Amino acid sequence: MSSSNESITPSEYIEHHLQNLRISLGDGGFWQIDVDSLVMSIIVGVVGLGVFWLVARRVTAGVPGRLQGFVELVLEFVDNTVKDVFPGDRKFLSPLALTIFVLVFMMNLMDLIPLDFVAKATEAMGLPHWKAVPSTNLSVTFAMSFTVFILIIFFSFKSKGVGGFVHELFTAPFGSSPAMWIPNLAINIIELISKPVSLGMRLFGNMYAGELIFMLLGLLGMLGGVFTAGSIILSWGWAVFHILIILLQAFIFMVLSVVYIAMAQEHH
Amino acid sequence: MMPNATLFAMAVWFALLIAFAYKFIWPPLMTAIDARNKKIAEGLAEAEKGKAALAEGQKQKDAMMKEARQAATEMKALNDKQAQVQIDEAKVQAKVEADRIIAAAHAQIEMEKQKAKEQLRDQVAVLAIAGAEKILKREVDAKVHADMLSQLRAQL
Repeated sequence: MSSSNESITPSEYIEHHLQNLRISLGDGGFWQIDVDSLVMSIIVGVVGLGVFWLVARRVTAGVPGRLQGFVELVLEFVDNTVKDVFPGDRKFLSPLALTIFVLVFMMNLMDLIPLDFVAKATEAMGLPHWKAVPSTNLSVTFAMSFTVFILIIFFSFKSKGVGGFVHELFTAPFGSSPAMWIPNLAINIIELISKPVSLGMRLFGNMYAGELIFMLLGLLGMLGGVFTAGSIILSWGWAVFHILIILLQAFIFMVLSVVYIAMAQEHH
Repeated sequence: MMPNATLFAMAVWFALLIAFAYKFIWPPLMTAIDARNKKIAEGLAEAEKGKAALAEGQKQKDAMMKEARQAATEMKALNDKQAQVQIDEAKVQAKVEADRIIAAAHAQIEMEKQKAKEQLRDQVAVLAIAGAEKILKREVDAKVHADMLSQLRAQL
């Protein structure tokens, strides 16, 4: 919330915090870039995978240090999760799952930084808006889920061939009778599209709602336009629950992506 | 709230991160983990082998100890027996030797006795002749009386 304006209304407060820092690239609402989400994604991506990279550079097969131990723990957790879902070659799928898990987790983690800390810091730098949590931006979550979608298509082509993929579009799940081609196609297209949409929407919805609840709890503890200890206690309580949610959402995004890609390589 | 062009920029960034993880993060870490797992597995197998070898060695040691003890006992018994046999043999030999020496001594004594008797006889014969010569105070033809003399000698 703005430090210069202590007595804003709750709806102003919420609206203020739900706006991205945008720059326009061209005409229309679509050609805009949410600078805050993008910059935060890049920062958390560099920090999150940077830790892994640092360890990977001086990794030892001997006795691991604490950081390496932690990194290996995450790595084996991800690898085992992928192994449970997908029995084939994990050379690409496991690093993909790791990237998703780390990136989504780091993005979500930004939600635990009290909202107004970030807002005040960026305001001091002269930025009117700054949303610190990239996963509360639908563009960001859809960007990730549609990248996964492209991988689903790619792996379908790879395991079945383009012809086989198109063949399945028309003949599964109701059989190859020509009368069933249209229903088959309709169902398959809905199924294909629903995967990235649900993936992106789920993450976005959870994180957006989580952030909204932080705002509402902050407002709930407000007396006469000023935050009190009540806001802090309530927000702290929600933050504790939120730790579970940010981990869970990162895990769900990872597992579902792997499941979808694994399904794409199955033959019907 | 609608998605905007951030989508493309984010997709590119996401793809870059995936590629980075695929190329620079996953392979070295996984190689190290696999190498360590292999090392641990080898170590455990070695330990297992060592344990088995130790048990085997213990068993061999026990068997060897038992054998050695048995051999020692047998050897001692054999030694005792041999010693007994040797002692007995020695006894027998000593007895034989003693008998032989005694027999030889007896024989020698007998021979000496015989020789002494012989000498005594000769001397007695000479003495008798000399005595007879003196008694008779006359010459006796030894040749003529040889028969009588030898008779006399035989009587001694």
